Amino acid sequence: MPQTTTRPTPAEAAPELDTPGRGGLRLHALRRSFGAVRAVDDVTLDVPAGRFVSFLGPSGCGKTTLLRLIAGLDRPNGGSVVLDDVNITDRPAPERDVGMVFQSLALFPHLDVRRNIGYGLRIRSTPRHEVTQRVEELLELVQLPGLGDRKVTKLSGGQRQRVAIARALARHPALFLLDEPMSALDANLRESLQVELRLLQQRLGITTIMVTHDQREAMTMSDVIVVLNEGRVEQVGPPLEVYRRPRTTFVARFMGTTNLLRGTAIDHHVVSIAGVPFDLGAERYRIPPGADVTLSVRPGDAELQVTAAADVTEPNSLHGTVTFVRDLGGTTECFVDCGLDEPVVVLGAARHIEGVHRGDPVRVRFAAETCTVVTD
Amino acid sequence: MVDVAPAPPEDLTDPVTEPLGPVPDPHADESSRPRMPWSARLLLAVPVAVLTVFFLGPFALMLRTSFYRRVQGGFYEPAFVLESWTRLTSEFYVDRTIFSILACAFVAAITVAVAFPFTWYLTRMRPRFQVPLLVLLLSALALSEVIVAFAWDLILGRSTGITNVLVWIGLMSEPRSYTPGFVALAIGLAYIAFPYCVLAFYPTLSRIDDELVEAATTLGAKRGAVFRTVVVPLGRTTLVAGFLLVFVFTLGSYIIAQVLGRPEHWTLSVFISDQAVFNSNIPFAAAIAIFLTVVSLVVVAITSRLARQEVAS
Repeated sequence: MPQTTTRPTPAEAAPELDTPGRGGLRLHALRRSFGAVRAVDDVTLDVPAGRFVSFLGPSGCGKTTLLRLIAGLDRPNGGSVVLDDVNITDRPAPERDVGMVFQSLALFPHLDVRRNIGYGLRIRSTPRHEVTQRVEELLELVQLPGLGDRKVTKLSGGQRQRVAIARALARHPALFLLDEPMSALDANLRESLQVELRLLQQRLGITTIMVTHDQREAMTMSDVIVVLNEGRVEQVGPPLEVYRRPRTTFVARFMGTTNLLRGTAIDHHVVSIAGVPFDLGAERYRIPPGADVTLSVRPGDAELQVTAAADVTEPNSLHGTVTFVRDLGGTTECFVDCGLDEPVVVLGAARHIEGVHRGDPVRVRFAAETCTVVTD
Repeated sequence: MVDVAPAPPEDLTDPVTEPLGPVPDPHADESSRPRMPWSARLLLAVPVAVLTVFFLGPFALMLRTSFYRRVQGGFYEPAFVLESWTRLTSEFYVDRTIFSILACAFVAAITVAVAFPFTWYLTRMRPRFQVPLLVLLLSALALSEVIVAFAWDLILGRSTGITNVLVWIGLMSEPRSYTPGFVALAIGLAYIAFPYCVLAFYPTLSRIDDELVEAATTLGAKRGAVFRTVVVPLGRTTLVAGFLLVFVFTLGSYIIAQVLGRPEHWTLSVFISDQAVFNSNIPFAAAIAIFLTVVSLVVVAITSRLARQEVAS
């Protein structure tokens, strides 16, 4: 028997779209301080139903605190948490419609797999046959059939992970929260579980928020990445947009390596870097002339040209000397000293950069559409 | 009269080797070594010697004394008589034994029931509150049993007691005395056992991961349910250990029972001191003491067996 009309019975809830349209989350001006430290500082965010959102940032950026505020494990000093148009800011955690996977996984060591997964159902006095049925279904869902009677202490890391996921999903929560769920796994297993978890999320259509400090993990799994720094939201967007169009130097640096070129605007869309004019495209930028500007260009977007003529100045290009070459197999990375504060890094397919050696004079070209203006 | 007592060596070895089993071995963690070096054996000899001289020796003496003949109005003389032991089988002492076991089990149950949740919330407090509370608790250990007994006698008495406050507030019509009586006895014993019980629970409960509690919380468990479904099962072993600790502890305490209990509430321990000190019947006191030791060992064995079975199932 379904307790409410919105909650589908286990039978109906089978594979496709577990919770369609549920789990829209809105955070408004959320604040949480610990003493003088502002762990979460005025965060306003919209998470549309059914999306996979990653909170990405270095340790201490407030991403876990933010997740705990959403789960109800911590109370904000101000602001509100609204889930499916209901303000749940003051609602205690047991009454929130969320399932959470913890960093330590937090499986109950005194219960077997079946009882771990069914815990949330039993605590709500779900009829026994319903619990049994749902647990079997979840074991199937996370690909652990037949392991129901195993002790959780007798499972491998990946299996424990799956039990934790199944346990969090047991009650058909509106919101699925993951706190660095893969941090305890080794690299190979992590990669495959990332893909698997993403596929599971898409199949169920459940609104999911994952906390991670791993840029690669966030890019693999998310519809939307929220980059956090010192308790504030730095940038929100789809993974590629955040990667290609970082808004701040922090985002540019945190989302992989980048080249930061500092200069001054000489026109609305032209920036002078070390005396060389960089045209950014008139349709993309309108910068007040005279302003200090920082450009971010991904190493993979910079082009390396071997040249002997160092005296010819071309727009969007810097001359320099190769200081270091690193062959990574499929790709090659070159460090070029162009007379800036930091060496320019160029990353390209090995066959494009072949034949470049340390000490060679080169020209690095930065195509207009790959240059992004970032603020500090 | 010179009666040479036939020393029964068989009787000596049997009950005596029993408590030798769980000798605290300070080098237990080094047992993985194939052969113990001489220096380690020498070190190990020290606790073994101490235990032999100060525990097994007196125990053997006591066992022997329990078979001596009591001299009325005097002391005792070496003999081999079963007088003291047969007296233990009288209805009165069987009654006292059952009462002692039940009373101490009851006190142990109450103490554990209070101390376990208390310790749980203590371990979840911030250090700022936790440390002063622990210090306060430990300082209660410094109070002697005599002081505790008479303090509770005052608190629960008619003229000086807490009921006067209740009358003053209006909750009671006239002050009354709870001491001596079973209530006072239970309170006194529970009070003195409480800090030990908390100390027994503390290590296990403080190690329970906060994330387990939070996981249960996000799965819909409120405080009480978390305690019932996570904390109690994880602390079950230490719970039993705490129960046994209080049980044995209260079974051996005689001042509190004597001061706060009526004669019908006296435990076997009171009778030991009564027989030894006031009646000068050392053989009988020795017999009760040995009997009490065996009884508590049996209860401990049964309880831990039951607890283990429950964990297994």
